[in-house]
Amino acid sequence: MRVALFLTCVNDTLYPDTGRAVVKLLTRLGVEVDFPMAQTCCGQAHYNTGYRHEAEPLARHFSDVFGEYEAIVTPSGSCGAMVRELYPRMGERARAEGRGDALAATLAPVVPKTYELTEFLVDVLGVTDVGAYYPHKVTYHPTCHGLRGLGLGERPRRLLKAVKGLELVELPGAEECCGFGGTFALKNSDVSAAMGADKVHNAESTGAEVLCAADNSCLMHIGGTMARLRTGMRPVHIAEILASTEEEPAA
Amino acid sequence: MSGTYLGMPAFPKAAHGAVHDSTLRGNLRHATHTIRAKRAKAVAEVSDWAELREAGKRIKDHTLRHLDRYLVRLEESVTAAGGTVHWAADADEANRIVTDLVKATGESEVVKVKSMATQEIGLNEALEAEGIRAYETDLAELIVQLGKDRPSHILVPAIHRNRGEIRDIFTHEMGEWGRPAPEGLTDTPAELAEAARLHLREKFLRAKVGVSGANFMVAETGTLVVVESEGNGRMCLTLPETLISVVGIEKIVPTWRDLEVFLQTLPRSSTAERMNPYTSTWTGTTDDDGPRTFHLVLLDNGRTDTLADEVGRQALRCIRCSACLNVCPVYERAGGHAYGSVYPGPIGAILSPQLRGVTSEIDASLPYASSLCGACYEVCPVAIDIPEVLVHLRERVVEGGEVTAQGNKVVLKPAKGHAAERAAMRAARWAFSRPGALRTGQRLASRTRRLHPRSLPGPGRAWSGTRDLPALPAEPFRDWWQRTHGGRDGAK
Repeated sequence: MRVALFLTCVNDTLYPDTGRAVVKLLTRLGVEVDFPMAQTCCGQAHYNTGYRHEAEPLARHFSDVFGEYEAIVTPSGSCGAMVRELYPRMGERARAEGRGDALAATLAPVVPKTYELTEFLVDVLGVTDVGAYYPHKVTYHPTCHGLRGLGLGERPRRLLKAVKGLELVELPGAEECCGFGGTFALKNSDVSAAMGADKVHNAESTGAEVLCAADNSCLMHIGGTMARLRTGMRPVHIAEILASTEEEPAA
Repeated sequence: MSGTYLGMPAFPKAAHGAVHDSTLRGNLRHATHTIRAKRAKAVAEVSDWAELREAGKRIKDHTLRHLDRYLVRLEESVTAAGGTVHWAADADEANRIVTDLVKATGESEVVKVKSMATQEIGLNEALEAEGIRAYETDLAELIVQLGKDRPSHILVPAIHRNRGEIRDIFTHEMGEWGRPAPEGLTDTPAELAEAARLHLREKFLRAKVGVSGANFMVAETGTLVVVESEGNGRMCLTLPETLISVVGIEKIVPTWRDLEVFLQTLPRSSTAERMNPYTSTWTGTTDDDGPRTFHLVLLDNGRTDTLADEVGRQALRCIRCSACLNVCPVYERAGGHAYGSVYPGPIGAILSPQLRGVTSEIDASLPYASSLCGACYEVCPVAIDIPEVLVHLRERVVEGGEVTAQGNKVVLKPAKGHAAERAAMRAARWAFSRPGALRTGQRLASRTRRLHPRSLPGPGRAWSGTRDLPALPAEPFRDWWQRTHGGRDGAK
């Protein structure tokens, strides 16, 4: 099977290790991975801040770049939800504004074949044990858009539970938002920081070494808070855990 | 809307104080987490919750679509049952109608059952200006009124107060309004409730005029419905000679059968009760039973304009259960007052900027008072997609566009103060539309990464004040891919 990796602009620029981990993991599972070099950003930051008309060209660009692939895999619940939930809504709004079906028709093909990584592993490849090894105590934070936008449910936890050596501990208040929220972290920084601090204190209370999530944007906020609060905990993307093996363990 | 809130700062500024008030945060955290856990349990007991939620949504949508027809039906039913219907386009008109009605009775005081609509229009202040004193009889509203405070929660207006604060308020203020608090009042809930009961009983037995809101109005019979848990509502509705109910036009349901759905979803969503303790229904007037005179004031105050907005109109489905407040992580930290409105929390963040418009500083900031985590949508018993409306209103703030204001189509200009953000969004879109430009930017950032400051200037300071920035990698992913896989898949 040949899939396109939609890495997202944040991962591409700031977290290339996550991208390398996805390539390593999928290749190990027999999937051929392409990285279309023309990819940029899904437009979520624009859309969610109220700049829908700036987001539309980016959505069109996304469809141009990824339209031909059988499946599109992304290690981000948030960007995945943008494509799956909000691209159809952008099409509907354009139609409601009397601009016809053109935008909806352009965006529609990519919507059903865009998968968040854990969804792709469990639903499309049908695996829960990916042959990973990660001898650490880990707690899992289900990010909001993965949890409520895409409905990832137990998939990430099932994958983590099958990892050799990994001890999974429950995070108190797991389903509460970490406070990132894109531009929310800047526009309402006091509330955002308070939410982040509570998330980190909850994570600390588990005694885990690592807080894992399926979205580096949230991990950037949580990790930045962990570092500032000197907790000694590390934020790690789930792809890096699943890519880790006994022969080539993750750092 | 209520003059009480005029001059409130924008949300982030108001929230700043709340976030750093440890007593307030403790009170809110304790209360919201308690209600949240109970609600989840009460909802889980119902096997057909998803169907009830969908039914509630459909009933409300159908009613809103035919609102004109059902309102006329309601007016006919109320009039036939001996009541009088008044139509109020805005807060001023509603206040004038109620004030005139009270004056006509010759009374100078009224008892009130908790009502969001009368808070929305600032009725107590309007009555006060005409020499009429309004006594709040709901326990939490009483605490708010005696404390010269503002409500901060839809269902638990004094949620921001703890027992010790309430005891102090009762001890110092009750005597000013009527029967003083008993000597040596402690902060045990039973003693506080008894003090309130004794204080209020005097008012109930003396008052000739009652003022209420309503949770629902049934069009087919002209019946109004109040659900409450203290019994003060029932006393306000039955003891006075004149009853004046001020109700938003969206509170209508066509039939009693429709009411059944909401009498299941409202108590479980709000107080986590299977059934609320008191459900009072009244239809016009009846000889020798209850008030002799009944007036219904139907309040628009921005609702028709809201109804004209295809995306935003779903906010009018709200049954004021407050489940969205109790689950909202932003409300939990910022508190209700930060929202600058009688409707706080996620529903307030979409309702107030629609009822009042987005032109004031506070109203333009409310659509951004959310991380879009979606928890509010998940708990909403009438499935209001609050995140969707928030984003829609953000668009209205930054891009302007056509809206309906007082029945007329007007074109809004983008709000001020977003020029730098708009420029940044445009620049980002420009770069993201050109993969080459993005790549050049990434490379430049990576190569100069050792020169980057640890904290950021300008708007970025909001980030780096409390969080460390991630370290930039030596090489963005796409360069690594090009180096290791380049030429294999044909770089598009």
